[in-house]
Amino acid sequence: MTMNAPSSRPPLIELRGVTKIYGRGQASMQALRGIDLRIEQGDFVAVMGPSGSGKSTCMNILGCLDSPTAGEYLFEGVEVGALSRDKRALLRRNYLGFVFQGFNLLNRTSALENVELPLIYRGTPASERHEQAYKALEAVGLEAWASHTPGELSGGQQQRVAIARAIVTHPRVLLADEPTGNLDSARSVEIMELLQHFNQELGITVMMVTHEPDMAVYAKRCVHFRDGLVEKDLANGGVV
Amino acid sequence: MLWNTLTLAFREIRRNVMRSFLTILGIVIGVAAVIVMVTLGGGATAQVTDQIASLGSNLLMVRPGQRMGPGSSSTAPPFSMADVEAISRDITSLAAVAPSLSQSVTAVYGNENWTTTANGSNDQFFQVRNWSLDSGRVFTESELRSGKAVCVIGATVRKELFGAQDPIGSTIRLGKVACQVVGLLESKGQSTMGNDQDDIVVLPLRTVQRRFAGTQDVRLIQVSVRDGISTEKAKEEIETLLRKRRHIAPSEDDNFQVMDMKEIASMLTGTTRILTSLLGAVAAVSLLVGGIGIMNIMLVSVTERTREIGIRLAIGALEHEVLLQFLVEAVVLSSLGGVVGILLALVSSLGLASLLQIPFVFNTSIVLVAFLFSAAVGVVFGFFPARKAAQLDPIEALRHE
Repeated sequence: MTMNAPSSRPPLIELRGVTKIYGRGQASMQALRGIDLRIEQGDFVAVMGPSGSGKSTCMNILGCLDSPTAGEYLFEGVEVGALSRDKRALLRRNYLGFVFQGFNLLNRTSALENVELPLIYRGTPASERHEQAYKALEAVGLEAWASHTPGELSGGQQQRVAIARAIVTHPRVLLADEPTGNLDSARSVEIMELLQHFNQELGITVMMVTHEPDMAVYAKRCVHFRDGLVEKDLANGGVV
Repeated sequence: MLWNTLTLAFREIRRNVMRSFLTILGIVIGVAAVIVMVTLGGGATAQVTDQIASLGSNLLMVRPGQRMGPGSSSTAPPFSMADVEAISRDITSLAAVAPSLSQSVTAVYGNENWTTTANGSNDQFFQVRNWSLDSGRVFTESELRSGKAVCVIGATVRKELFGAQDPIGSTIRLGKVACQVVGLLESKGQSTMGNDQDDIVVLPLRTVQRRFAGTQDVRLIQVSVRDGISTEKAKEEIETLLRKRRHIAPSEDDNFQVMDMKEIASMLTGTTRILTSLLGAVAAVSLLVGGIGIMNIMLVSVTERTREIGIRLAIGALEHEVLLQFLVEAVVLSSLGGVVGILLALVSSLGLASLLQIPFVFNTSIVLVAFLFSAAVGVVFGFFPARKAAQLDPIEALRHE
């Protein structure tokens, strides 16, 4: 999976006819009804839609946390939808970063140690790990808070630590699930500016679920979900 | 990776000191109980063996009557000096033959008095019982022949009558008999049966027969077998001789018995060994219960930390890495319990050994076994919760509150 060879390169992410059905028989529920989606390297995509529209399911599949029931998921041209649990974990470890609405930091663990966590699983040596984690905290402006635990940080700061944890491995894709959902508008702007910064400066592709049109304007592209299908796919701040 | 997991486990244990302590308490108690039981049992066995060795392992005791116990010897005729002489003359495999006749007496010296056992015997008594003198001398040939009122006293009698004074040359009263102390026995301590061996006054046999008992009887013959000759063979010879002298028909049972100290020794050590393993087994059950305690806490911990597991899985932790983390945590916890238990056991068995006056015998193998067992408890009982953690669905786990 190389970065060059521009013209003939497959898209970073391609979904072909992805469906997802939860449950079986009468109780089954079709969350995705055949999604086709292409995301190029360096894109910043806002995913919108009412709850139950399938956007979270789609994000879980994109994040390799879940497998599609049918259809293809190509990551840099490689089929990854049907991979085993451990293979998907390795994919997450090496190419993906996650930011959640609820921050999901480890309690009673310092900010620095939280940021180090993905590096531990990558087997990065301790000294390198501290350095990289510290740099990531610097990038989100929290180097002074490195030794503080999440309980001692504000919500906005916690989310910035979470972003540092997501980008410390220089992932291809950053998946953010309502990253500003628990924050006031001033903090939300900070977070969006950080995501935009990492998208533009480091070329990290960002996929972000949001309910707020104010946040979606930071994206280059906006995908609307409804009833398990892509309803609208508009370029550059095309918020209705 | 393993080092990381270890530091992670220690961090997790440190975070919850109180809970970790309560978790390992079961293991601590289990390990300590097993080690204490086995150590004390080993000490008791060693003590029994020592005491029997100090009695003389080649000692045979010949008693009238069929079995040991109160009243059993009264119906059988006692031995006489002629029997003793016949044994020492005819049986060449014996090193020493000591006849005995005992009687309870009150010993008086100055204002002190003490009830003890007067044991009439000869000089070979000291050889047979492997008992040397602390000071003074044994009996002379003429004292033995004439039944003179001289005595050798045990350490307890000396302590009760003389305190720290030198008893040699003093005259004590035994019952109505004034008796000169010529020797002091060295201390032997408690016997296997728990009675005080030092509570004794030894006199010439004839003195006890004439002045105390008023009989010519011999109630007990103690013999020691020559080195290199089996006690079984000597025992058989004595039995054959005594059956002839006591006119026992071939169809009749013996009306005397020859006891081999080796038999008694093996019987007693066998008993303490069985008791030790029984107590050890009971203690091992508590170790098992301790393991279940660890499993319980680890299961609670997995539920409590579901979100953390979800985060780790989402970040890219593999199933076996999460499994390893929880397994290592359980093993570290239980091994910690093992170490604490071992320390506790060493301290308490040292204390108990001195309290019960038995030797402290450090048993490396049981300490090692207990430690390995505690670690194994961690693996076995930690595996189920660890697998539960590793198999969590990351999406569900992240949603968990």
